[in-house]
Amino acid sequence: MGKITLHDVRKNFGATEVIPGIDLTIENGEFVVFVGPSGCGKSTLLRLIAGLEDTSGGVISIDGVDATALPPAKRGLAMVFQSYALYPHMTVRKNIMFPLKMAGMEIGEATRRADAAARVLNLTNYMERKPGQLSGGQRQRVAIGRAIVREPAAFLFDEPLSNLDAALRVNMRQEITELHQSLKTTMIYVTHDQVEAMTMADKIVVLNAGRIEQVGSPLELYNQPKNTFVAGFIGSPKMNLITGPEAEKLGAATIGVRPEHLDVVSEGGWSGIVGLSEHLGSDTFLKVTTDIVGTLNVRAGGEVRLRHGDRVNLIPQAGKVHRFGADGKAMA
Amino acid sequence: MATQSSRIAARLMVAPSVILLFVWMIVPLALTLWYSFRIYRLLSPERSGWAGFQHYAWFLNSPDFWLAISNTLLLVGGVLAITVILGILVALLIDQPVWGQGPLRILVISPFFVMPPVAASIWENLFMHPQNGMFASFAQGLGFQPILFLESYPMSSVIFIVSWEWLPFAALIFLTALQSLSSEQMEAAEMDGAGAMSRFRYIVMPHMTRSITVVILIQTIFLLGIFGEIYTTTQGGPGSASTTLPYMIFKQAVIAKDIGRAAAGGIIAVILANIVAFFLMRSMGKNLDA
Ligand SMILES: Nc1ncnc2c1ncn2[C@@H]1O[C@H](COP(=O)(O)OP(=O)(O)OP(=O)(O)O)[C@@H](O)[C@H]1O
Ligand SMILES: [Mg+2]
Repeated sequence: MGKITLHDVRKNFGATEVIPGIDLTIENGEFVVFVGPSGCGKSTLLRLIAGLEDTSGGVISIDGVDATALPPAKRGLAMVFQSYALYPHMTVRKNIMFPLKMAGMEIGEATRRADAAARVLNLTNYMERKPGQLSGGQRQRVAIGRAIVREPAAFLFDEPLSNLDAALRVNMRQEITELHQSLKTTMIYVTHDQVEAMTMADKIVVLNAGRIEQVGSPLELYNQPKNTFVAGFIGSPKMNLITGPEAEKLGAATIGVRPEHLDVVSEGGWSGIVGLSEHLGSDTFLKVTTDIVGTLNVRAGGEVRLRHGDRVNLIPQAGKVHRFGADGKAMA
Repeated sequence: MATQSSRIAARLMVAPSVILLFVWMIVPLALTLWYSFRIYRLLSPERSGWAGFQHYAWFLNSPDFWLAISNTLLLVGGVLAITVILGILVALLIDQPVWGQGPLRILVISPFFVMPPVAASIWENLFMHPQNGMFASFAQGLGFQPILFLESYPMSSVIFIVSWEWLPFAALIFLTALQSLSSEQMEAAEMDGAGAMSRFRYIVMPHMTRSITVVILIQTIFLLGIFGEIYTTTQGGPGSASTTLPYMIFKQAVIAKDIGRAAAGGIIAVILANIVAFFLMRSMGKNLDA
């Protein structure tokens, strides 16, 4: 079981308020991703759930039990750190078995579990090595192994892949997703990587300055952003946010159009000059400086042959324009 | 320094210093060895010639010799035990976030800046003195006889004073080791269910082994030659109760003015130091490997 509920959880560091009050329910077995700009309090929130920081207010309950005052070890959660935090003087086997040893588990059973974890994570050949003799990806797997042997109620990951190169990151991302599918344990995953958030999550929590901006499935956030912050944060390249007369025509303070929802046409619409054009083969990313709505990001097909200085006309696709009020909130 | 040519270049570069240090060491050692087999007494310069092994024999037959050896080892071992154990505890304490941490740390390391004879005098006259000392007045205040530290427990007193001087060094090295321990490792251990004692045993202590080794090796080198503290306080007495090998050599060289005998003592001290170093390196040298 691993249902985690936060009720009005707050955190101050001295006089600075980092988290002004968060309500959130994480269902058993869910893969929840926290995203948000740097410094918005993602790690702090994760550490509050882990018990590594004390809350300044509010209640954290795990499976219906109030865990606010419980020490980390008693919460039944396992954490994977960004720096892996392996014990450098212990072999991989000892690292993986450490939590079991601390729990006083009988050695035979502990060895059996460590071997099982090693098989799942392809670490069988490295069990007698020290962490210093492993590659980054292997270290990451050891850290995950150390977490899964405890059979925790939930896993907490704090940017676990940010130290890996791009190719390995894709690999490990898929491995963690597969792990989640086979274990079906609750996972909370902090990242600032768009792709990780969109591909891994059952539910994304978008944080901004310690506040939850929106909670929802990846496609919900993509299709129905609740406000301009989420609209601008989710999706890559970023959504174009347009203010001024063009927005007022639609009765909104701001309108948002995703780069992939702008069609390049021969006449009408917004006219502009192509600044940057990046041909990726499958797609072409254009930066167009328009005459009336500022610079727009456009994602066109791979066959588009526009270059720097060309004049183009852009039209947003019907029904794909998001409208936001003066308070930044989405309008119906 | 991976390639062959860079290794050769490195050797060439360090060669001058290595040669200089070697000469620096070998000349005094050779001279001492030479004198240890000569008759060379400052009070009767007319007698000279080869002494053979008679100086060495004198040391080995002297009733004080084995006492001096055991006192030397006792001093080294005692001070090491006290400074390492207390040093770890002090380091753990001053690593905690407390008010006035900066000044506190300076206070803790300040004994190290006091010169050995001064430190010894302070302890002898201000604390351990049977009439004027603070301990004596405490004892009297409580209605006890003052303890004659330097007369009744000379070796323990010397060990205590030397430990006081070296504790800051050990604590400082251990503090830097503690500060280099990643906090995420400690947090990971906490999440893994390790209590404070287990974290100390399985995370902190293994992390500290290298600095403990360094402290033991460095201190041993200095402690084998401790002289000033004994000279200022007990003068090797009462009787020979607190005479160590360096103090015995000093008595032969400066009081008896027998250079030949003192040189033989010096060679014995070198042999003793090498035996100690051999066992130390055998037992803990591997801790220094990365
Ligand atoms: N121990 C601390 N004392 C004071 N302020 C802190 C402390 N830890 C974090 N903060 C502040 O709290 C805020 C949130 O920090 P946090 O580490 O949670 O950000 P984050 O969302 O994880 O950012 P990043 O994506 O860069 O890791 C930051 O403004 C940070 O300066
Ligand atoms: Mg963070």
